[in-house]
Amino acid sequence: MAVTEKELQEILAQYPSKVQKNRTKHIFIKDGAESAQVIEANTRTIPGIITNRGCAYAGCKGVVLGPLKDMVHITHGPIGCGYYTWGTRRNKAQSDDPTQNFLNYCVSTDMQESDIVFGGEKKLAKVIDEVMDIFHPKAITVSATCPVGLIGDDISAVARSAESRHGVPVLAFSCEGYKGVSQSAGHHIANNILMERVIGASETEKAAGKYPINILGEYNIGGDSWEIERVLKEIGYTIVSVMTGDGSYEELKNAHTAELNLVQCHRSINYIAEMLETKYGTPWLKVNFIGVQGMSESLRNMALYFGDKALIAKTEEVIAREVTRIEPLIEQYKKICDGKTAFCFVGGSRGHHYQGLFAEIGIETVLAGYEFAHRDDYEGRQVIPTIKTDADSKNIPELHVNADEQRFRLKVSPEKMEELKQKIPLSDYAGMAVTMKDGSVIVDDLNHFETEEFIKILKPDIFASGIKDKYVIQKMGIPAKQLHSYDYSGPYAGFNGAVNFARDVSMGFASPTWNFIVPPWQDEPLLTGTVTEEGVA
Amino acid sequence: MLDCTPKEHKERNSGGAINPAKTCQPLGAMYAALGIHGCLPHSHGSQGCCSFHRMHLSRHFREPAMASTSSFTEGASVFGGGANLKTAIKNVFAIYNPEVMAVHTTCLTETIGDDIPNIIKSTEVPEGKIVIHANTPSYVGSHITGFSNMTKGMVSYLAEATLPVKREQVNIIPGFVNPGDMREIKRIVKVMGIKSIMFPDTSGVLDAPMTGKFTMFPQGGATVAQIKDSGNSKLTLALGRFASSDAAELLVQKCQVPATTLKTPIGIKATDALLVALRRAFAQEVPYELEEERGQLVDIMTDTHFHFHGKQVGIFGDPDIVIGLTELVLSLGMKPVHILTGTPGGAKGSVTGSFEEEIQAMLASAGVTANIKSGGDLFTFHQWLKNEPVDLIIGNTYGKYIARAEDIPLVRVGFPVLDRSVHSYLPIVGYRGAMRLIESISNALLDRADRDAADADFELVM
Repeated sequence: MAVTEKELQEILAQYPSKVQKNRTKHIFIKDGAESAQVIEANTRTIPGIITNRGCAYAGCKGVVLGPLKDMVHITHGPIGCGYYTWGTRRNKAQSDDPTQNFLNYCVSTDMQESDIVFGGEKKLAKVIDEVMDIFHPKAITVSATCPVGLIGDDISAVARSAESRHGVPVLAFSCEGYKGVSQSAGHHIANNILMERVIGASETEKAAGKYPINILGEYNIGGDSWEIERVLKEIGYTIVSVMTGDGSYEELKNAHTAELNLVQCHRSINYIAEMLETKYGTPWLKVNFIGVQGMSESLRNMALYFGDKALIAKTEEVIAREVTRIEPLIEQYKKICDGKTAFCFVGGSRGHHYQGLFAEIGIETVLAGYEFAHRDDYEGRQVIPTIKTDADSKNIPELHVNADEQRFRLKVSPEKMEELKQKIPLSDYAGMAVTMKDGSVIVDDLNHFETEEFIKILKPDIFASGIKDKYVIQKMGIPAKQLHSYDYSGPYAGFNGAVNFARDVSMGFASPTWNFIVPPWQDEPLLTGTVTEEGVA
Repeated sequence: MLDCTPKEHKERNSGGAINPAKTCQPLGAMYAALGIHGCLPHSHGSQGCCSFHRMHLSRHFREPAMASTSSFTEGASVFGGGANLKTAIKNVFAIYNPEVMAVHTTCLTETIGDDIPNIIKSTEVPEGKIVIHANTPSYVGSHITGFSNMTKGMVSYLAEATLPVKREQVNIIPGFVNPGDMREIKRIVKVMGIKSIMFPDTSGVLDAPMTGKFTMFPQGGATVAQIKDSGNSKLTLALGRFASSDAAELLVQKCQVPATTLKTPIGIKATDALLVALRRAFAQEVPYELEEERGQLVDIMTDTHFHFHGKQVGIFGDPDIVIGLTELVLSLGMKPVHILTGTPGGAKGSVTGSFEEEIQAMLASAGVTANIKSGGDLFTFHQWLKNEPVDLIIGNTYGKYIARAEDIPLVRVGFPVLDRSVHSYLPIVGYRGAMRLIESISNALLDRADRDAADADFELVM
């Protein structure tokens, strides 16, 4: 089942002409014969279209900063923003010192009308003082919300003065919700300040342990990062920091000591990955820890980078053992899933990452897309030089870093780098489109209307997206799998994650509840009897 | 769990919140707007708000919560969002075709001062379609205020007094309660033999059935015709002062429909008050069916009083619900010792004074003293519990962290309940709702007694 170009045009023709013109550029049908299919992405949302997107504050505080457990994250704004990012993303964390784990707290300046009128700087300063007094955190972040920028509160100045008052870092993030066009702006804003103020802030020059690595763009949803770390540690890697799942200010300060940076979510963290390479000479490797194939390939690529024979051997040993262990477990679920089709529409990375795992259990992804990814996430990083920053995003600050005079060190010789780049995705990401089958649909910023239309044509067996869609889809009698929150399950990453995912997806198909949707009397005539020549007997 | 919360209570006077017991206005406005049939709520602001509010409603109800947004960019934030709203209105009607669009605002659009009525007036709205609005600044009040403001918006745009003599019908403004509660209130009024108009009414919207088909605008919701006709009713009952009385007052002014504000009918006293008000206004006898339910409730309360009597309880949540729950637990002989709402103070035009005074008055007549706070947060509530532990907490899902930290049973009531299902389908109001609450409270206390009992003290019959 596929969507024809004609069917696509029929969907788009239902839009008002301006909307049609716009949306046409955000959708394409994969055709390998056509070289370089271009998509428009990271542009403003059409008002009234019913988007799934969120805002820059969500991308900054909710996604990148929120998981850092030993920092108190203060939301400077009215109560909603802080409240909605309180416990709703499942970035898990545990701490040796539970009095320094603030993930279950929501701190807000709870701005009132008078703060809007007279400014909220004094209140923010007081809240920071109270936080220091009550919690004594290692560091504090302050995230701005919509009205903060408009009324002109200078949160950087308040943060600076609080920092000198208390002697701990107070980081200000100007992630007002209206900045950029989506969560993506918030990722960038968070990346800039973390790079500037946290990464490399320690005196440590050398990581304690072999093969030191950072895991970038991994937020430990449902324990993903722990499952990845379990395997990496067994192989022999030293994990310096995770950005930012179960992450901490204390670990992040040492991130400059790694020999390799792994990038799981390209969209949210590629800025830091690039800057780490420029500043410290540390290359980054695009990994995908989702799915048995993705996990195994990523581990092999890592081993190849370090090039150590013992490491390569240990990698193969662990992969072989894990795969042997989990294959029979997955096999039973595969029997239920085989031959089915999926839509995979998730934020800025999972729309791609999960396609491999779906395929491993026999499910083909026929439509995929992102809420807020950029063209490079669709088409690959080679298109970056051709991306024009439009008016809506050009106000997101670009941070330029230079090589650190003391600390910059090429981790791999330029010749070796070139050689490795032929084999593994070093400092590169090929994007989602390249791995998708011809005829599959790729949609950017999929909205409610298109969701319904594509479902009518493609009739997927399962729809992977988020909470706002979930019940819409299920009302249609189609299982919906949340790939943001994992429907409160997990981990889904790594080897054990693949088993959990296969179990949960097959549960979605096998549940008896779907059989009850149609009441028995709707299949049955009201009157039963036989028709004779005289009438009904 | 919550290991960073110290027992020692220091005065916090910054005005900031730690672990809030409220959220912001637009969520309540979105919920109210979903209680109009064929309505698409519209959030005039940047799109993050709209996503958050939809997500939160979906998590509580396990249902779709549709809404559109003006999707502000920085340019609109500086130069005004008129163009965004106009585009949104055109697109929404062209693509989604609702009967009504109900626009609410956010802190962004309130701060820049977009003039919504003017923007709406200068936008072409398709024939027969309606756009209403409410200003819902997030930096004032709470989600309850937002619910109240959108309900007021319904009155100001739609209600009309067209008849010389008022109809024998009652308007019911149910407040920020679940669809299950709205169904139960409608049933009670129907059993009383009285015609009613309920608005907003989310039953049939946020508890819609599974049919195999998605309907963007489900069967439920108060119709525009009904809300218009509310101007012709003989009486408005505003259930819950914080959520409902402002709209009822506006109906008095605009359409001369007399209004009575009652407590949210949680527990026997508040349900009695509802029936008495209906009986008096419409000269209708209370039918045996309801007397039977009431008698069953009293029977249960009597049979089980020893489960509850003297047990100490902490209650938090939205003000109208907390007021009702406080009255309910007092009627069971329990002792509420910590009572808190995140919603600030006494609402404008407040009928019976502030939240704190109202609670204080109830406790005084029962001879109980307690910590009482409006505009408080769960950090304060937790510190109270650390210093004066209780036998039971009644509140929303956020209470589970405190319940775990202090090893106290939690009964989940109110909004939001994000970690249990079914709650939104079944009522907590009316005599039947009271039975359900009593069952939940009783089960929580007895499960705890079973868990804690030594083997020799483990009872078969309790």
